[in-house]
Amino acid sequence: MIHSKNITKKYGQTQVLNIEELEISKGQSFGLVGNNGAGKTTFFNILLDLIRPSTGEVINHEVVVNKSEAWKSFTGSFIDETFLIGYLTAEEYFDFIGDLRGMNKADITSFLSQFEEIFNGEILGKKKYLRDLSKGNQKKAGIVAALLGNPQVVILDEPFANLDPTTQIRLKKMLKELTENKEVTVLVSSHDLSHVTEVCERIVVLDKGNVVKDIETSEETLKELESYFAV
Amino acid sequence: MFTRFLKLEWKKYFRSSYWQKGIALKIIMGFFALYMMVSFLALGIGSFFLIRKTMPDSDPLQVINSYLLFAIIGDLIFRYLMQKLPVMDVKPLLVLPIKKNKLVNYVLGKSMFSAFNIFSLFFYIPFAIVLIIENYSTAGALGWLLTMIFLTQCANFLNFIINKNNVAFWTLAVLLVGTIALQYFNIYDITIHSQAIFDGIFANPIFVLVPVVLLAALYNINQRILKQQLYLDDAVKVKIKEANTADLSWANRFGEMAPFIKNEIRLIWRNKRTKTVFLTSFVFVLYGLVFFPQKTYQDMPGFLIFASLFVTGGFVLNYGQFIPAWESAYYKMLMTQNLSYRKYLETKWFLMSIMTTVLFVLATPYIYFGLEIYLMIAAGALFNIGFNTLVLLYAGSFNRKQIDLNASGFGNTQGTSAKQFIVIIPVMLVPVGLFYAFSLPFGVNAGIAAIAGFGIIGLVAKNYFMNIIAKKYIKEKYAAIHAFDQKA
Repeated sequence: MIHSKNITKKYGQTQVLNIEELEISKGQSFGLVGNNGAGKTTFFNILLDLIRPSTGEVINHEVVVNKSEAWKSFTGSFIDETFLIGYLTAEEYFDFIGDLRGMNKADITSFLSQFEEIFNGEILGKKKYLRDLSKGNQKKAGIVAALLGNPQVVILDEPFANLDPTTQIRLKKMLKELTENKEVTVLVSSHDLSHVTEVCERIVVLDKGNVVKDIETSEETLKELESYFAV
Repeated sequence: MFTRFLKLEWKKYFRSSYWQKGIALKIIMGFFALYMMVSFLALGIGSFFLIRKTMPDSDPLQVINSYLLFAIIGDLIFRYLMQKLPVMDVKPLLVLPIKKNKLVNYVLGKSMFSAFNIFSLFFYIPFAIVLIIENYSTAGALGWLLTMIFLTQCANFLNFIINKNNVAFWTLAVLLVGTIALQYFNIYDITIHSQAIFDGIFANPIFVLVPVVLLAALYNINQRILKQQLYLDDAVKVKIKEANTADLSWANRFGEMAPFIKNEIRLIWRNKRTKTVFLTSFVFVLYGLVFFPQKTYQDMPGFLIFASLFVTGGFVLNYGQFIPAWESAYYKMLMTQNLSYRKYLETKWFLMSIMTTVLFVLATPYIYFGLEIYLMIAAGALFNIGFNTLVLLYAGSFNRKQIDLNASGFGNTQGTSAKQFIVIIPVMLVPVGLFYAFSLPFGVNAGIAAIAGFGIIGLVAKNYFMNIIAKKYIKEKYAAIHAFDQKA
């Protein structure tokens, strides 16, 4: 469960985020949508204690994220390609992250084997550094790394951008499976309305830092969102 | 069109990250550039008189001429290793309505003004002026100068044709080493031919036309080659190096530090800038040779202490001062991982200590200069391990400048700020001050012991200080993340 209380973020006079109360229950698939500058990434960065909020706090499974670091052991995330270590090969990167998450070599290998289809022979065993992979393949590596070590919370910023159609479909399936038995909480943000409505049970729309919609996904959600964003 | 290209170059130059630096750094770098220029000028002006003084029976021009062939081959080898055709710059222009011929001429024309061609002018031009002043024939001196300029340009274009061809490189290398060897063992004297060629040009300046024709031919060949290669999968292609995946599983014995140690090794070995730092730390070992053999410094032990610190301190100083900015590109990610700051910092401490120890072992031959010097180096090594590592780690928590690991290493000051200069005070001046504080009343040995003692105190109290440093890093985390996000 993630509980965000009275979170605001100000840079000088401009307020970029103002979320009074947001509770994401355990096992929920949560989607965040909004135009550029709506505050999606800022919110995720605050959840990950990469940015300090001006006011308020985030509680991730009873851990206040800027007070203790205990949340790190059960939270996996991929925000952008700066999360990758460019001079490592994909294998070395997975080993590094896996090591930090307490997995041994065999755990990591067996974990990675389930992603063979997604990797499509272009990521593992290629003798290429991550910095030399295409944007799409970098994203794949980053998302898979975020899932290493059975995290209870998975935070992905724009996971569908730059992915090829096959992987988009596979990723959607994967994310749905993750939340199936209500153990893992998944938070994604996206510009693609149809993707989020497909994956998420709950969608929050941000506009200039404020929550303007908080929808339980249903048949009509996509239409509702499309009409909201059509100006 | 030409003026547009010129405008592009202008903007490229003045908007490069070089100019985005603080004023202090600009001034220091400006001084350094000026110093280099003045030294070259001095060499150009002075070499004539220097040769006349050391070899009074020979003509300085002829002496220079006899070695010019070596210089030209050496220049080609240097270019082969360092110079690349700036072809990537035209990538955004490829799809614009500009004729390919123009792009080719732009790239080639631009290369004519590269630093590789300008640098030697600082020698040739003043030398030619001195010749004229010294009543050599003006026409001859000008012809000679023009020949040298054209030959430099020829080397420029020949290098692009060679274009990283290994066979050509080894031919040149063998040629250079071979001729020098033949010369050295008095088997065959190539300098006679070198002298004959360039003396001939001096006597008959009309021969300057030969390099002109050569240059035109080389330019033309370049034009034709480049025009055919102006494609994204050919010349305008980002070269991707194959990953070198050495097995580092031996590092697993370091337990919790293992993943970080493996990462540090890869960080250093796979990025240009860090690799340069790593390799220069071995060059620093030689630093003592500047001071130890000289009589003048024997009475100035402060300088000897200074040198001793540098001998083993190359890695600690050059690598340590940019911790954790080396990892600025993915610092954000590290901060979301389940890692202990202590272990993370411990790895860096460990790495610096190991490297200092290795450098100390390499410095063993300095014992030749006497036991006292050797003890100074040993004390310096202890100080570097015990004290400087901790100071630099602590100072690292104030690093706020991003470093692009892919940028080249030489003369790259990215990540440098006033902080880097301030930290020199404890790291370099404290030991010298400490030395004098103890050596003046109690003798040189007491001074050396004081430095070593300080290092040992640091070693003993390491855990205490590391905890403080780790706390400092946690506190500075947000500021560092924010700053590392800004592109330098």
